[in-house]
Amino acid sequence: MIAAGPDSFLERAPLALRDWAVQLLPVPLQWLAHHVITIVAVLAVFGLFFAFTTIAERKLLARLQNRLGPNRTGLPWIKGLRLFGLSQPFADAVKAITKEDIVPAAADKILHFLAPVIVVGFSLMTFAVLPFGRQYLPVDLDAALLYFFAAGAATELAIFMAGWSSRNKYSLLAAMRALAQLISYELPLILSVVPVVLVTSTLSTKAIVIAQGTWSFGLLPHWFIFTPWGFAGFIIFLIAALAESNRSPFDLPEAESELVAGHLTEYSGFKYALFFMAEYFGLTALSGLGVTLFLGGWQAPCAFLQFIPSYAWFMMKLIGMIVFFIWVRGTLLRLRIDQLTRLSWQFLVPLALLNLGNAAFWVLTAQWAGPLQLVRWIVSAAIIVVPFILMGRSLTAGFAPRTYRYAP
Amino acid sequence: MTIALLLIAGLMLGSATAAMAGRNLIHSALLLIASWAGVAAIYLWAGAEFVAFAQVLVYVGAISMVVLFAVLLTRQNQIADQLIAPPTRLRAAAAVTTGSCVAAVLAAAICSSSFAPGAAEPPSTTVRQIGLELMRQDGAALLIVGIILTVALLGATILAATDPKVGPGSSRAGEDVP
Amino acid sequence: MTPLHLCLLISAGLFSIGLAGALARSNTILVLLGIELMLNAANLNFIAFWRFGPSPAPANGMMFVLFSIAVAAAEAAIGLALIIAVYRHQKNIRLQDADTLKG
Repeated sequence: MIAAGPDSFLERAPLALRDWAVQLLPVPLQWLAHHVITIVAVLAVFGLFFAFTTIAERKLLARLQNRLGPNRTGLPWIKGLRLFGLSQPFADAVKAITKEDIVPAAADKILHFLAPVIVVGFSLMTFAVLPFGRQYLPVDLDAALLYFFAAGAATELAIFMAGWSSRNKYSLLAAMRALAQLISYELPLILSVVPVVLVTSTLSTKAIVIAQGTWSFGLLPHWFIFTPWGFAGFIIFLIAALAESNRSPFDLPEAESELVAGHLTEYSGFKYALFFMAEYFGLTALSGLGVTLFLGGWQAPCAFLQFIPSYAWFMMKLIGMIVFFIWVRGTLLRLRIDQLTRLSWQFLVPLALLNLGNAAFWVLTAQWAGPLQLVRWIVSAAIIVVPFILMGRSLTAGFAPRTYRYAP
Repeated sequence: MTIALLLIAGLMLGSATAAMAGRNLIHSALLLIASWAGVAAIYLWAGAEFVAFAQVLVYVGAISMVVLFAVLLTRQNQIADQLIAPPTRLRAAAAVTTGSCVAAVLAAAICSSSFAPGAAEPPSTTVRQIGLELMRQDGAALLIVGIILTVALLGATILAATDPKVGPGSSRAGEDVP
Repeated sequence: MTPLHLCLLISAGLFSIGLAGALARSNTILVLLGIELMLNAANLNFIAFWRFGPSPAPANGMMFVLFSIAVAAAEAAIGLALIIAVYRHQKNIRLQDADTLKG
């Protein structure tokens, strides 16, 4: 094994910095300082990540649509300097903070105030169990995956509170639609993760990343995405993650051409920015989970590339997934509410259940060797590809019946 | 330790009382969701992390949605506050008396019984142990609970989807509109 | 007053709050919420005994609570579906009005 792997200076530097800062304080305060520094570091890194995701999204979408993105913002104290628009997020932040916060007179003030707080709070709580690097796991829980989904499920409540408290017919209708979408896609999201739990027989994200840490011939990583069940699970996870964070092509709840701005209609200024931030944090957390479960987390793709620190690999894979999501946003058309619920219940859930059987087959045939390995791969791929083709054919046959249901 | 328990329990009991005694149905539902989260916090205090996360996932994440949808679908007036009549004085007095009697009997039973002193550390139950026990000893119960949940899902869908104008057992989905 | 006594008293208090609420209110959804509170109080009892009581099988209390949470979810779903069905028939969800067998 090449020497400068897990113990290299870059790998340990942030941890050494934190330990040095902690030992400056008296002993009773040290555990508090340890955790506060971790929290501040996670918030700072992912806050900056959020800022640069917004500008990257706008510029990438612009290039996909054959135009330039924002490219005029510079630094306020240097006239004429254009930083290719890279300080746009900070300009947006100043705008959001200084805009007038309009609350409708008939709105339920407490709920209207609490909704963005809850949604941002729970979205940030999901970051606690993502392993960013070899020793960079904020909280090492035995049931980490369950914690992740529990914290994510509580954000749906905030969407209802936002829609209800605005006392606006459109907000309420859009909130109910958003909830229907979120509930429908929570099932494929969790079902696509269960095969990983089956194969590694643990719910701890740290153990799942360590289980993907071997290479064939030092070159081919044993990430779960490179297995048939892992690939299918990853695709289902991607689709469900897009729907869970209300992103195109599943952004019906908050699209401008639908029901004004959905459940966010009556929000302005900083509260709107908080909802926006929560959506991006949710997307980043889900991408981080996808990287952890399927793409090998902080593992390097080849054995000799381990000199690059583990957190750098995690960030690179995370950026890759976010760029892929931005690409999907610029390419695919928006789905209607009945189309997206049909996609979830009639297509993704059966496929995810079949994938679970696929992973069980994979685990049971782990002892097959030699030419039987090829048979194992072919059978495993067939278990998921054949139903995919058959169900895809049968579900797109003809036009769906158009039924109208009006709000009572 | 005990202070944390008293604080969480105080918040939980307070929001439960406010939920049961309130006039606004949505506020009651949301306060009850807060008390469910308080129960999950007590589970965490006791060291039962798996159960705490399951409580949040099921109660706060799913049952709360069902309750809120039911409140929205059974509204009297379209958008105004869902104000419900408070109980009459007699009824409220009777209910509070009954509740206090039950509480008094339970408290007397609890305080007069002596239990062996408990362990200082919570019993270490890893997720692996829970999984093995679910699959081995409680495998039959797990399957039965799965069947219960499936039957409940189907039953709830059928109960809530029947359109009274058309009659039970038929639905308008699937007919082609030219 | 050991911690076990404290936990049991807390769950007894939660149970009686749920009971009083279920008896006093005439809105069916609130009655259902009271029942859910009582179920949660029972679960709290189980976890209290799991944590503080001596037990030969250490995970039994947790198992019971997990199954209880699952069954409570199923029961809440059915109860609320019934409430929606009753609402369709009588256009309000006052418990006292659901007193005829016909319909």
